[in-house]
Amino acid sequence: MFSESDITALLLTLKLAGISTLVLILFGTPLAWWLAKSAWRFKFLLEALLALPLVLPPTVLGFYLLVAFSPQSSIGHAFESIVGQPLAFSFTGLVVGSVIYSLPFVIQPLQNAFIAVGRRPLEVAATLRASPSDRFFSVVVPLAKPGFLSAAVLGFAHTLGEFGVVLMIGGNIPGETQVASIAIYEHVESMQLASAHWLSAALLLISFCLLVLVYAANPKARVLRL
Amino acid sequence: MSLELKLKLAHGNFELDIDQVFASQGVTAIYGPSGSGKTSVLRAIAGLDKSASGLIKFNNRIWQNGSEFIATHQRALAYVFQEPSLFEHMSVRANVEYGFNRVPPKQRIISSDEAIQALGICGLLDRDTQTLSGGEKQRVAIARALCSSPDLLLMDEPLSALDKRSKTEILPMLVALRDKLSMPIIYVSHSLNEVARLADHLVLMEQGRVIASGDIQSMLTQLDLSLAKDVDAESLVDAIVVAHDEQFELTYLDSSVGRFSVLRRPLAVGEKVRLLIAARDVSITRQQQQDTSILNIFPAIIEQIESVGTAQVTVRLKANNLPILARLTRKSAALMNLAVGDSVYLQAKSVAIL
Amino acid sequence: MRQTITYLIAYLLAQFSYSDVFAAQVRVAVASNFASTAEVLVAKYAQLSGDQIVLLVGSTGKHTAQIQYGLPVDVFLSADSEMPNLLEDKGLVVDGSRQTYALGRLALWSKDPQRVDPNGEVLTASAFKRLAIANPKTAPYGRAARQVLSNLAIQPKLIYGESVAQAFQFAHSGGAEIALLALSQVINFQQGSYWLVPSELHSPIEQQLVLLNDVPAAHDFIKFLLSEQALSIIELHGYTRPAATGYTRPDQLEND
Repeated sequence: MFSESDITALLLTLKLAGISTLVLILFGTPLAWWLAKSAWRFKFLLEALLALPLVLPPTVLGFYLLVAFSPQSSIGHAFESIVGQPLAFSFTGLVVGSVIYSLPFVIQPLQNAFIAVGRRPLEVAATLRASPSDRFFSVVVPLAKPGFLSAAVLGFAHTLGEFGVVLMIGGNIPGETQVASIAIYEHVESMQLASAHWLSAALLLISFCLLVLVYAANPKARVLRL
Repeated sequence: MSLELKLKLAHGNFELDIDQVFASQGVTAIYGPSGSGKTSVLRAIAGLDKSASGLIKFNNRIWQNGSEFIATHQRALAYVFQEPSLFEHMSVRANVEYGFNRVPPKQRIISSDEAIQALGICGLLDRDTQTLSGGEKQRVAIARALCSSPDLLLMDEPLSALDKRSKTEILPMLVALRDKLSMPIIYVSHSLNEVARLADHLVLMEQGRVIASGDIQSMLTQLDLSLAKDVDAESLVDAIVVAHDEQFELTYLDSSVGRFSVLRRPLAVGEKVRLLIAARDVSITRQQQQDTSILNIFPAIIEQIESVGTAQVTVRLKANNLPILARLTRKSAALMNLAVGDSVYLQAKSVAIL
Repeated sequence: MRQTITYLIAYLLAQFSYSDVFAAQVRVAVASNFASTAEVLVAKYAQLSGDQIVLLVGSTGKHTAQIQYGLPVDVFLSADSEMPNLLEDKGLVVDGSRQTYALGRLALWSKDPQRVDPNGEVLTASAFKRLAIANPKTAPYGRAARQVLSNLAIQPKLIYGESVAQAFQFAHSGGAEIALLALSQVINFQQGSYWLVPSELHSPIEQQLVLLNDVPAAHDFIKFLLSEQALSIIELHGYTRPAATGYTRPDQLEND
């Protein structure tokens, strides 16, 4: 039914999705907050850049990352000299790739949620002696909770299903970059159709259960009050 | 505790230019029609409008000048907005305590219990903010502002978005607060009634500029100002309760104008109150009437007469040096041959006690 | 809140701590069509050696590109001879290590057990709507398939799979009635019927390997791959043994 490598692949997929989502929320939140507040004239350029992964074919993104991470490029070389391990074909490389790939799925819901909070709650908080960071954590974050939920779910789900980018930059290394989607593809390519079925069903079931849990735990966030 | 303002700002077509010193105690009302810049001034004082340039100095502390800008959260003020802007993700109690928790304990002058009592919101504390009525929300907002123990309280038309019932409910609470609070309050309003009841000083604004400013009594009765020309023009008299009439259920109050009789009120003898007399409730006679149903008749001298509209005039009387307005038809004034300097009697048909 | 964030960041950083690899590990990039065969070989090798063999399965073209960008593999088992040649030209392989490890065979297959006769007359005789082959531009088996068709002088309606695996999918799902596939795909597949295409009808499908990392464990594995034991296993899986057998270490070549 499931070989050890299949289970490893599933766990790796969950780990990749989890860590990427975490990174995206941690670093995407201040970025989205800045985007929501800023009135910079050239903001639209930055927003378009951040939205690129939405329209780029994953293989294009994967190819450019392949070039960028290789030890011959300045980025790959710099990483290797600082960290001591190569960036290409590593789990770290996958995380970087996933973060870029899922970036707009996290930034956009957050940015929209922050904008929806509006100016008034922040003004009120300021008149009640709340400093900017205090205002952010005590007013903006709680009011933007549906946005955080959306961002985390979308980012996680998107990374669960990531294929094209990982195919390019992963190298299909068992236990390190062989995520479930790649393993399924490998099973099909190697004529191991039964394994492909089992692994696909498992991934589907896990994804569905996770989503059910998330949505069940937050009914209030998505109901329109009349 | 004075506030000095020298501000200029522009929003689109609107320009504000103000150079004013605000009183260090009591309630200063900023009064004027919509679009006169009242809210802009308040927001600028609070530091919510960064485009305002100039000088703001409070208590000898620079809040803003050409080079410095103290951020809103570092100014010891509190602001009540026109729309009740409660935090929807918090309970009422958490809202009220929000500012309180952010004031260093040594600087807390007002406790949350005091504020809650003063605004009568004990029963609302555990409620969800979204289930409250407009009036209830605004009471919570005021309590919340008070709990941050501000040195300066700013109120931007806090009652204008509420229904009549809520207004009549909350206004007396504000009056009671005014007497208890030591901090200066700046109260923006376009309601003459609110201003007359609450203010000690008044700043009159029009189209981004201050037209006049002064104590409330003079401002209300200054004939060349819009206040006196208003259909709701009123005069203010300070009085003390001296006695209650058990037989006729009346209360007597003494003032520099004379002794007033009003319908009996549950006031303590010796209590100081403000009397409001609407100009339209004041009539003039040359002779002291004997057989008249009006009790409140006082001698006065005509100081000024101005026409208002096509058919009416406003007469500024001085009763023992206190200004009282009377509104008459032009015809009456003509028939009676009223002239500046005449000694007459004023009759106040209805007197409101604050 | 701030505490939570600190813990989260610490957890994140811990994920990226690297541990050294202790056991001798040989990483082998293997073409998808050879993957199941390779798994059997690795299992066999485990009985003979303590070294750990890690298989990276993928398409030959992708492997070739990735190797140029730093794919960390010691041995590359290609599906053709062009890609190893390319890598050799680029100076990425250990000199003299390129050699053929298996010869591929083609099979004409249909899911329908009655469809394909053992002589392959179905190609010339009967009418069929669509024949699936792998893309000749990217797959060596696709190239060979096209050679077969041109040698037989037939031009059926073709649909191209991205790989032989996809060509198989088309035939398996019914999108194409028959397909020209690698023998290794269908030799042990329970369903259907197939014709073993004579190797004269196409140029040899030489599957070659190269050594990328000159380490003893890699040499040992390649030696095993070219040994009698391994060769009989690959024959069972639908490949023909290469002409030249046995393994000479590249450095030993120079001593000759």
